[in-house]
Amino acid sequence: MASLPASPARPAIAARVPLAGGVAVLYLSVIVLLPLAAVTAKAFEGGIGEFWEQVTQPQAVAALKLTLGISLVVTLINVVMGTIIAWVLVRDDFRGKRLVNTLIDLPFALPTIVAGLTLLALYGSRSPIGIDVAYTRIGVAMALLFVTLPFVVRAVQPTLQEVDRDMEEAAASLGASPWTTFRRVVLPNLRPAIVAGGSLAFARALGEFGSVVLISGNLPYKTEVASVFIFGQIENDNVHGAAAVSVVLLLAAVVLLAAAGRLARR
Amino acid sequence: MKGLRFAALGYLAAILVAPVGLIFYRTFERGIGAAWESVTTPEAQHAFWLTLVMVVIAVPLNTVFGVATAMLLERREFRGKAVLNSIIDLPFAISPVVVGLALILVYGRTGWFGDWFAENGIRIIFSTPGMVLATIFVCLPFVVREVQPVLREIGTEQEEAARTLGATPAQTFWRITLPAIRWGVGYGVVLSTARALGEFGAVAVVSGRISGVTETATLRVQERFEAFDPVGAYSASVVLALMGMAVLLFMNLLERRRRRMAA
Repeated sequence: MASLPASPARPAIAARVPLAGGVAVLYLSVIVLLPLAAVTAKAFEGGIGEFWEQVTQPQAVAALKLTLGISLVVTLINVVMGTIIAWVLVRDDFRGKRLVNTLIDLPFALPTIVAGLTLLALYGSRSPIGIDVAYTRIGVAMALLFVTLPFVVRAVQPTLQEVDRDMEEAAASLGASPWTTFRRVVLPNLRPAIVAGGSLAFARALGEFGSVVLISGNLPYKTEVASVFIFGQIENDNVHGAAAVSVVLLLAAVVLLAAAGRLARR
Repeated sequence: MKGLRFAALGYLAAILVAPVGLIFYRTFERGIGAAWESVTTPEAQHAFWLTLVMVVIAVPLNTVFGVATAMLLERREFRGKAVLNSIIDLPFAISPVVVGLALILVYGRTGWFGDWFAENGIRIIFSTPGMVLATIFVCLPFVVREVQPVLREIGTEQEEAARTLGATPAQTFWRITLPAIRWGVGYGVVLSTARALGEFGAVAVVSGRISGVTETATLRVQERFEAFDPVGAYSASVVLALMGMAVLLFMNLLERRRRRMAA
């Protein structure tokens, strides 16, 4: 091999980085940042007082409260069920396990409006099994359970695969029950993954629209979640109200992302 | 263990498998003819075509942006890197309805650039460009987030070797980096495609929902449902569900090939 030339393209690369970076930032600005700035500006156009008035009007408060409450419940259910499903997929063995593992991603692959329609077909007024939760909060919760299902499973599964089983065996041989072993030995290892997956699920639930819109019936004060409320305000030309509640959701999203990011780095 | 398995599978059956299965049954219970007719009307064909347009524009743009941004974040040091890194995830956490509203406030008639667009006869909102923007927004993070960990894992040794041997940055990228990250890019593209096919809320807000003009396949599902045409809604849903399942299958194949290559 001939002697190596001293990297002649160095200046070119230095010129290229700002260019590529500039294009990336421009793309991000035009599509994401500028629009989000516009929502925030619109929400505060009439000052903080106007913003506060919009956010605290009774229908908006009801929608935000419902969204927060249902999202919390749904996240808790999927934290428990997601951990159980991940456990079964990693530690258990049965026929069709690979298929079940693939199915977990179905909510990510299925359009949300289709998810809502399928739930309505099985659990709506024409339910073949006689369960009708259409236009109820339970219906809204089921839609959110459907779309947030994969987050915790997919966060916990890889961690569980890496957990060293020696400690569990040691605990068991010292007489710990399976539940004690899980709680004292396995769970502490899984906690960061569970919290990270849970916060992503929670963020998704807070903003979800497509799967909820058909099954909720959009009854104000009863089944109307924040995203549906915003949609209604846009259609009624109350852009200020829509923007104000949007900013609340936006803020929640930013906080949750920051929390999940901090956990992931740990 | 048996109890846990029962709980896990029962939950999945109740919330996932049974509802999706029922949609297929309902679509075809009166024969395949009615369903076929319903998804081949001119409006339906236009809706599926428009969905395809969204995918074909949004996915390649986000792929180029995604690879470039991932390279930037993993291979370069610059001010504001941490900020850029956290902004990338925003579209995952923001409500689709907020995305739609945000785009209206910038590109709509009364938006920041509304006057300029109107003067130049350009229509963004309630038209295809706005819907494309919405689709790009919601799919933005996938490629970046799939490529980033792969870039970190492969390290810079081979790239540095190529550079010291006199390869230009372009040559290094095309011959060394891109082949090494192709699985990550593949995953990102597949996930973006699924999301672009299925986006509803953001597109609903900016489309104005004009049947046969700005109606995508997902918007048509809702429109048919609200027009008391369950067969129309179910059959369009089944087509979308089949596309989603094809995406899943493709992802599985990718994963299996990647594992075989790694072994």
